Amino acid sequence: MHSLIRTHATEFSLLAVIVVISTVLSFATANFFTLGNAFDLLNISAVNIIFAVGLLVVLIAGGIDISFAVAASVVQYGTAIALGWIGGGGWVSGLLIAGSLGVLLGCFNAFLIHRFRIISIVATISTFNIYFGLLMFFTRGVSIYDLPDWLTDRVILFEREMPDGTWIEITLPVLVMIVCVVATWTLITRTTIGRQLYAFGDNPEGARRFGINIGAMQFIAFGWLGLMAGIGGLIQAHYAQEVVPNALYGRELDVLAAVVLGGARLGGGKGTVLGCVLGVLLISITQNGLNLMGVSPFAFKMIIGAIILIAITLSNTRIERLLPFVGQRGTGR
Amino acid sequence: MGLDSMHQSASAASTDKPLLSLRNINMNFGGVKALKNVSFDVRPGEVHCLAGENGCGKSTLIKVITGVYRPAEGAVIEYEGETYSHMSPVTAQDRGIQVIWQDLALFPEMTVAENIAFHEVLGGWPRLVDYGRMRRIAVDALARLGVTLDVDLPLKEYAIAQRQIVAIARALVGEAKLVFMDEPTASLTQSETDHLLEIVRSLSASGVAVVFVSHRLAEVLEISSRITVLRDGALVGVYPAAGMTQSKITELMTGKTFDQHVRARPRDDQPVVLDVRGLTRPGQFEDISLTVRRGETVGITGLLGAGRTELALALFGMLKPVSGTISIDGREVRFGSNREAIAAGVAYLSEDRLSLGLIQPQPIADNLVIASLRKILSGGLLSEDRKRSLVSRWIADLGVKIGHQADAISTLSGGNQQRVAIAKWLATDPKLLILDSPTVGVDVGARAGIFDIVAKLAESGLAIILISDEVPEVYFNADRVLHMAQGRIVGTYDPRQSRLEEIEAAVYA
Repeated sequence: MHSLIRTHATEFSLLAVIVVISTVLSFATANFFTLGNAFDLLNISAVNIIFAVGLLVVLIAGGIDISFAVAASVVQYGTAIALGWIGGGGWVSGLLIAGSLGVLLGCFNAFLIHRFRIISIVATISTFNIYFGLLMFFTRGVSIYDLPDWLTDRVILFEREMPDGTWIEITLPVLVMIVCVVATWTLITRTTIGRQLYAFGDNPEGARRFGINIGAMQFIAFGWLGLMAGIGGLIQAHYAQEVVPNALYGRELDVLAAVVLGGARLGGGKGTVLGCVLGVLLISITQNGLNLMGVSPFAFKMIIGAIILIAITLSNTRIERLLPFVGQRGTGR
Repeated sequence: MGLDSMHQSASAASTDKPLLSLRNINMNFGGVKALKNVSFDVRPGEVHCLAGENGCGKSTLIKVITGVYRPAEGAVIEYEGETYSHMSPVTAQDRGIQVIWQDLALFPEMTVAENIAFHEVLGGWPRLVDYGRMRRIAVDALARLGVTLDVDLPLKEYAIAQRQIVAIARALVGEAKLVFMDEPTASLTQSETDHLLEIVRSLSASGVAVVFVSHRLAEVLEISSRITVLRDGALVGVYPAAGMTQSKITELMTGKTFDQHVRARPRDDQPVVLDVRGLTRPGQFEDISLTVRRGETVGITGLLGAGRTELALALFGMLKPVSGTISIDGREVRFGSNREAIAAGVAYLSEDRLSLGLIQPQPIADNLVIASLRKILSGGLLSEDRKRSLVSRWIADLGVKIGHQADAISTLSGGNQQRVAIAKWLATDPKLLILDSPTVGVDVGARAGIFDIVAKLAESGLAIILISDEVPEVYFNADRVLHMAQGRIVGTYDPRQSRLEEIEAAVYA
């Protein structure tokens, strides 16, 4: 138990912060503490969680990506056009097209970073501008509302009315999100490639001496984020029932903040899927609570900024200092 | 499985047939001959020391043996009875040749088990990780070293000494027959070093040959059976460790003779520069009283963790003492920061030159003037001319060998870097110079040069505190030797009246 708390300090402190905030909100508002609201939160957060687990993989491998959110917008347009060509398509072809386009855009980042030795933040700021510029130029900023019916129809996999009168719903985005989360978790904790990604992010020179294929690591990390960005993009279009070129612009920083909040380290080698999911949920819960409390949306960003600071300070402080019952151990430093 | 091969090689040891034998090794980089017709051999299960100054070709030789470099035509490498013209990294590893690099090449965020059994997750095609198997491999490897660590904890939870052990365990997993250790004790304390040497002995007893590279000649003599000395890329000779002395190895390594003599001289007639009374910071140092006179060198020795560096930091204004006083030139001072200490004439050459003392990628000149920028101002702006003349003066004074002032400091050898670091502080016109472990990572040949400088500075009237965990350094170079243990001064020695062995016995006891 002690070592579990020691090695998962971030997840525990995030969980603690979530519990505290939820308790406060359930007293402050009437609607927060309902199952209906909990499932709403899950539905709302699905796309961000999909993006977040993708970004997590890149951060673990020691990189960073600013371009994935606009890349997701490019994927939305590309997929909408491609679906038009093939005469409508369906979920399977839609996900295949969106996923492959995403992988392609992610691999372009990896190519720049690996082939020309450009550091990832510079490479992806450039592709962020290129992708967004091209998108605005070719679409002239025009949105697409004319999407296939299968894409815009809400898919409810499970629903039930609760005794308190709220409805719980599990929608398609939540299912896709769960699949992405489980797949990412399997990749980074259960496969040899995932452990190589951690090692590469942790100590690139050490990894090189072991003969790990550095180029492959970059393509896998950015390719995986591309895949998640593509899938997330399609799900976002489904959720919003439209494709707006600048709908995801700026989302990259929200997701990045959530992932870092979840314990991933800029610089590599560190981060967990659980932490990442909790990070996104913490921000969503706060936003949702503020909404229900009737706080002005203009104050959201400020409050969320403060919460990120507090949570990161908490998780950087050694957990022993915060929890008196976890004693010091002799083996560590 | 590893044990079987170990027994075989252990029995082979009796026949004295070498496990590894190299002849005619030449290695050229551009026009530079890094290795000139070197031969080298290692017997099964022996501890063999590879000695030589930085740049003598030690690392190049290791890289030839491990297949990183390909030697020139005519090279003959015999390993376990087979002959190669060159090695490849894969062959070397498959045949049981392992290197523990000085920087260890470990993964601090990953668990101990993953670090030790990392080869389990290598390979191009993704497979599921078998954590149970990795844990078993790790526990076995650690048990063979007689060490118990929690293999599920991230490596970063462990201190450098345990990480060193993890690196050794990792090398053993590859069924090592020949292990190279590059400066394995550089950042270990005395008791940790003793434990490591114990491990090396037990490896050797089980039939694994160990090639040991270290700057610390005392432990080289203690652990190895034979010593191969290289100088300027050429073989000087192979010597049995029995009957060798530190000064003889130093002579062989440098080709120069150093006669170490006690430099201590009476300074009692000089005015007191630093007067410390009852200085205390609980848990770090307690009730420290000492004086340093003009032109006097006071040596402070003791094991790592004795509070030496903390005391130095307090004198330099970076740690606040809880009680006690510090006086400089008879005036009591209370430093709020190290800027105030520098202004009062205190200079501190930090223990960790590589990361704290010098800014490695920056030019030599900029490193040298960083603590005395005021002196090179001209009309409120930095003057390149003044900088150049200041730097030239110190470079000449301390005999630093440099290419150009604008070269990065990282291009210099350890000894020359240390000279620049000293010059940086001398440029601030200090009254008191604190040198904290000034020879860490400096070659034996260059060490003598550093101490010549220290003697010259003392002669010119500087008060000097010399901190080192190597007793001979303070014994030969200080006027008085203070022994610190657990935060207190527990002994004072006059090198002219005490024998080196007496102080060593007290410190290392």
